[in-house]
Amino acid sequence: MTLYRALDAEPREHLDMTIEGRRVLIPAGISVAAALLHAGIIPSRTAPAGGAPRAPYCMMGVCFECLVEIDGVPNRQGCMVSVAAGMRVRRQLGAPVCEP
Amino acid sequence: MSAAADLVVVGAGPAGMAAAIRAAELGLRTIVLDEQAEPGGQIYRAIERVAREHPQRLAILGEDYAAGIALVRAFRDAKIDYRPQASVWQVEPDQRVFASTPTGTECVQTRHLVIATGAMERPMPLPGWTLPGVMTAGGAQILLKSAGHVPAGRVVMIGTGPLLLLLAWQLMRANVPIAAILDTGKADAPARALRHAGSALRSAAYLRKGFELVRSIKAAAIPWLKDIADIELRGDARVREVVYRRNGATHNQAADLVLLHQGIVPNANLGWALRCEHEWNESQRCFLPRTDGWGSSSLPQVQFAGDCASIAGARAAEYAGALAALEVAHKLGRIDRTERDARARSARRQLASERRIRPLLEALYRPNDPHVVPADDAVIVCRCEGITAGEIRAVIKQGCPGPNQMKAFLRCGMGPCQGRMCGLTVTELIAQGRGMSPAEIGYFRIRPPIKPLLLGELAASDSPADAALPAGHGSQRAETAAASDAAVVTTPMPR
Ligand code: FES
Repeated sequence: MTLYRALDAEPREHLDMTIEGRRVLIPAGISVAAALLHAGIIPSRTAPAGGAPRAPYCMMGVCFECLVEIDGVPNRQGCMVSVAAGMRVRRQLGAPVCEP
Repeated sequence: MSAAADLVVVGAGPAGMAAAIRAAELGLRTIVLDEQAEPGGQIYRAIERVAREHPQRLAILGEDYAAGIALVRAFRDAKIDYRPQASVWQVEPDQRVFASTPTGTECVQTRHLVIATGAMERPMPLPGWTLPGVMTAGGAQILLKSAGHVPAGRVVMIGTGPLLLLLAWQLMRANVPIAAILDTGKADAPARALRHAGSALRSAAYLRKGFELVRSIKAAAIPWLKDIADIELRGDARVREVVYRRNGATHNQAADLVLLHQGIVPNANLGWALRCEHEWNESQRCFLPRTDGWGSSSLPQVQFAGDCASIAGARAAEYAGALAALEVAHKLGRIDRTERDARARSARRQLASERRIRPLLEALYRPNDPHVVPADDAVIVCRCEGITAGEIRAVIKQGCPGPNQMKAFLRCGMGPCQGRMCGLTVTELIAQGRGMSPAEIGYFRIRPPIKPLLLGELAASDSPADAALPAGHGSQRAETAAASDAAVVTTPMPR
């Protein structure tokens, strides 16, 4: 379920990106965290300590609840990165795994 | 990559923009480093884009937001080296500033530093506040400003403070229904605030706006409930309902989105990492860096300006920024004392006028327990590490004397947010547990890097890597470095 919708009557361009392996259309010019809330990808991660479900909280870079994998790089702050065409976003579930 | 400056300003909100504009006017080579992609800070977030492309959104947000466009234009027109998406993670004693950017770390050598990092929302630890769908009111406002997004489901707003009411008013204007506002302000707050009415009366414009806001929220028939107790947020993978007590009865309010607010506090980690002296401010219920009338800190090359020095709002931040720049120009020998004082006169007068409303606001919207220090032991205080109030209290009983020892006992404050979400709560928990004042307890010792870095970036940056990780943890460092380039360096272990 979407937690945030676009304001009525605002003209928007959309772009194509991949969230959790699924192609989605997302309004251009918003942050990755905003895209997750809009697309209803909630929880957007689980806490490494304890595994509880989490999602973006502050939207301004201070809480680190929005950590996601973006284009293969883990632990990016989703609220500090703008969406881009072709971007691939994955949720981080469980403790981070370091591949050799 | 390297550059030299007379002044580096950290933050492009009202204080940082005003400081940089004034410094550039005075001929200082000025670099502004800001985390965001666009100037404005959180208060004027996305203002350029909104003013250019989204008139409807501008109208919803109101005139105080729209007023930011003039400042941003002046900032764009000034001779300033403005670097967006530059997140400062370390300042060395020799005034080298390290910032993480999309293309790697940049290093700037500066003679002087103005910290204008603004404010963040005071953490409001409640039962269930880590559930998805629970956010800060400021976060929802950022989504409105920067994305044009508004809540889609049932919204419950909880807390106290002008920002909460402003957001309610903005959502109303956007035709977003609000299920309820649960006001956590104390019933006797208006009476207590009255003694500050004399000084506030001289801020007639603010009072008028405040009354207007309250009147229109009341007129909209949104349930605005006071005397709320025992708030609990419940859900599974998402928040589903808010449970609270009022007038002796328990109420269950269904919710898809819960927006919390308990006032704002300085976004302070850079000042702490620099070891600037701080003082506890009881009226604002937080630590503030020790500053003089020019924003000068306990370090000769460092000024603070705006809400990161003391919460006073966007307009006050502008004047404080200008004053800080004048003092920097004076310290660097560009202007003499007489010229500094003459140029400061109008900013100083306007700053004093802006501050007149603050004592009233601080009393009226004072954050109070259990919404700052949770009574319930099961409440998570450190969100990153999942540490509860009960665990912290138990460690205090065992004799843990302060926040830094708390890190060693519980890893509390050692996750990626580096104590931003739990620091003030931990200080107050220890203060209450030991029967002392927060001033005596102090705060976490914050160590660089103040933002988690990719190890690859740290290695490539010709940066103070040894300062970033403490001695005696070489093995830990090598291990992490070997694991992955993308591994994140978080706060180092306490020494
Ligand atoms: S949502 Fe808080 S850091 Fe991104």
